[in-house]
Amino acid sequence: MFAYYLDLAWRALRRSPVLTGLMVLAIGLGIGASMTMITVLHVMTADPIPGRSGRLFYPQVDPRPQGSDRETPDPPAQLTWVDAMNLLHASKGVRQAAMSGGRVTVIPPEGPPHAFNAPARYTSSDFFPMFGVRFVDGGGWTAGDDEKHARVAVVARTLADKLYGTSRAVGKILRLGKYDFRIVGVIDRWNPAPHFYDLSMGSYAKAEQVFVPFETAMETTLGTQGSMECWGDFPRDGNLTKADGCAWVQFWVQLDSPAKVAAYRKFLDGYSREQKALGRYGREPNTRLYSVMAWLDYNHVVPGSVQLQALLAMGFLLVCLINTVAMLLVKFLRRGGELSVHRAMGASKRAVFAQLLLEAAVVGLAGAAMGLLLSAFGLWVVRQQPVAYAAFARMDASMLGGTIVLAVCATLLAALFPAWRACRIAPARLLKTQ
Amino acid sequence: MDILPILSTLRRHKLTAGLLIMEIALTCAIVCNAVFLIGQRLHRMDMPSGVVEHQLLQIQVADVVKPVNPYARVQEDMALLRQVPGVQSVAFSNQVPFGGSSSNAGVLLDPNQPQRTLNGTTYFGENLVSTMGVRLVAGRDLRPDDFVDVDVALKGLQTGDSKSLPHVTLITRTMAERLWPGQNPLGHMLYLTPIVGLRVVGVMDSLVRPNAYDASTAQYTMVIPLRMSADKGMSYVIRTRAQDRAPVLAAAVAALKKADPQRIITTQRTFDDVRDHFFRDDRAMAGILVGVVSALLVVTALGIVGLASFWVAQRRRTIGVRRALGATRGNILHYFQTENFLLATIGIVLGMVLAYGINLFLMQHYELPRLPAIYFPVGAVALWLIGQVAVLGPALRAAAVPPVVATRSV
Repeated sequence: MFAYYLDLAWRALRRSPVLTGLMVLAIGLGIGASMTMITVLHVMTADPIPGRSGRLFYPQVDPRPQGSDRETPDPPAQLTWVDAMNLLHASKGVRQAAMSGGRVTVIPPEGPPHAFNAPARYTSSDFFPMFGVRFVDGGGWTAGDDEKHARVAVVARTLADKLYGTSRAVGKILRLGKYDFRIVGVIDRWNPAPHFYDLSMGSYAKAEQVFVPFETAMETTLGTQGSMECWGDFPRDGNLTKADGCAWVQFWVQLDSPAKVAAYRKFLDGYSREQKALGRYGREPNTRLYSVMAWLDYNHVVPGSVQLQALLAMGFLLVCLINTVAMLLVKFLRRGGELSVHRAMGASKRAVFAQLLLEAAVVGLAGAAMGLLLSAFGLWVVRQQPVAYAAFARMDASMLGGTIVLAVCATLLAALFPAWRACRIAPARLLKTQ
Repeated sequence: MDILPILSTLRRHKLTAGLLIMEIALTCAIVCNAVFLIGQRLHRMDMPSGVVEHQLLQIQVADVVKPVNPYARVQEDMALLRQVPGVQSVAFSNQVPFGGSSSNAGVLLDPNQPQRTLNGTTYFGENLVSTMGVRLVAGRDLRPDDFVDVDVALKGLQTGDSKSLPHVTLITRTMAERLWPGQNPLGHMLYLTPIVGLRVVGVMDSLVRPNAYDASTAQYTMVIPLRMSADKGMSYVIRTRAQDRAPVLAAAVAALKKADPQRIITTQRTFDDVRDHFFRDDRAMAGILVGVVSALLVVTALGIVGLASFWVAQRRRTIGVRRALGATRGNILHYFQTENFLLATIGIVLGMVLAYGINLFLMQHYELPRLPAIYFPVGAVALWLIGQVAVLGPALRAAAVPPVVATRSV
């Protein structure tokens, strides 16, 4: 029966190729445009660190003096060096890491004239196990290295390749400006999007090439990069570790259970109270503890323009669907005579309805195929745009399946009314007029 | 043309006509709002900078090893760059218009006022105004004796010694108007902190911020006489003739590299590139919107073609009868054109209401301004045109139906 319906549908569609083509085109365009935008929105709102994001938290404290800056009740987005080191050494989480972005001058073995700049991250030893960064060779440095201000570095695979070759880099010397660092590990490709752990580098910034222990970096005056919020004086010699009135350090902590999260909140409040008693803080405890997704949300990482585009694409899909409803209606009603014959020969209303829906589903599948091609093209166009998130605009398996399901469902939905309407005809009257 | 017969025919096709009207209304509403969004982006991309963009180049340098005397290094580099053939003028600045990264300060009118009056951006560096071609509308440019070394100023800031701080500033017309509406700003004092008081000695016609994300504050700009030392965030700004930009940029970079092969040129670009880079998101958004709007209009046109073709096929007999009774081809053509015009008009009227509703929604959720009335006719004209173009094919086919059809049975 199904094969027979399919055959009928095929014949019916072939009889009016122009109308069929128009329908397929309309569905294809609608699906293509909306799936392009939904895919962009999907990659932009994706979990940057799946499996771990629920256990990672970003603490904030408020060291500002009482009177200043009353317009912003939220604590500064980052920590001062002193607070970051205090939280790090308090070690109240399962793991924790303080960090800042930077830019280093890499002097390759070929000599200073070939020097180039590379994005770097200065952090503490827990960074790698906490974020689940995989190594292709060697490993991260230890807490002991952090303490000793060891001159060690972890490099990204691309940089290791460029300098020594991935497998030969560990143990080699990495010259950054005036100082030598020993390479202890080479990490695999790792590029979380959004760049959640430091949004001040740009929400979709590329991952760093060089990782150096935080205190070592400060000691060797490697330059930091990112945003800095100051409410006190900036130190004259540029030594950021002395700048108690400037927040510029990001801090992440791993907390494995709700009880631990609650305990950490309490710890932050207690710490703030203690600092106020010491005279460092001017305000009552004003702390926050965001999970990864909450932190992204708080920072409005997804640009409003992308949401607007997705809305626009949905509107476009709606127009395409109305168009399809109209065309299917026209198509089915035009076949009133043929359907009446079917009915007169004994086909039930349900059978005719099912057959018409099947016909619509065939159109939907064709539209899905076209929509896939068009959204592949659309994503290619987005990737050519010089926007930060462009590189991530790719279709994955779930989006591929989603496109096909959306196209067929949308077409079936659009077919419901026309098919029902076409079934309602009175066969006798139509047959008589012929 | 009599429209009553058309209306009575349409009443027989309520469903299909209703769907077409709905489609036109939605398209009209979306097109109005999308064109408005496009217009906003384009308007933003046209934001004036106040500098002679087509004649300017930016070069940023990072030193591997800090120079012994970073002030002397700047003077040497500037002298070097002036030697490059084609270079008309060189400046050294902490930031550039539309450069993105910026230095900003809260501005007070009274040193003891608790909240700042506005947040303005601060340009530091020598020769800025003349090199960038900023037009002064009142007062004078900064003079060499106004300038203070940045280290001296920082020390003064820490010790509270206001003598070693800069004392004068240039501000833009927009900022002057915001601070002292209707007054002559020359000679007025503004404060960055209670001890940093600056007297306004010149008013610039326009100089945009590096971080001009909000058009209303884009012109809150000061130029302060601080002499900067060589550092990686600083830029050399070079003025040359528009047609010489590429060779001058290459020659300038080569000269800097030659003077010290160890340093790295981190940025080298024309100001056209600076502007392009700053507004890239806006351009991408405008491009995507144009794409979607065109696709939307195509789909709507296809819908009109589909339905009109159907109606023509369905009414072949009636058309034949009319032709047989004396209607000309023109009459038939006009009939379908008028029918489409009527449907489009109803759709457009509904679309306007919808467009207004969508705009209200967007205003609430995306901080967009109100849709100006000028955009309504844009959507209307676009849809009338699209409708007439789309219906022309089917209408011509209808006009070609010979009268003899009337005598045939189906």
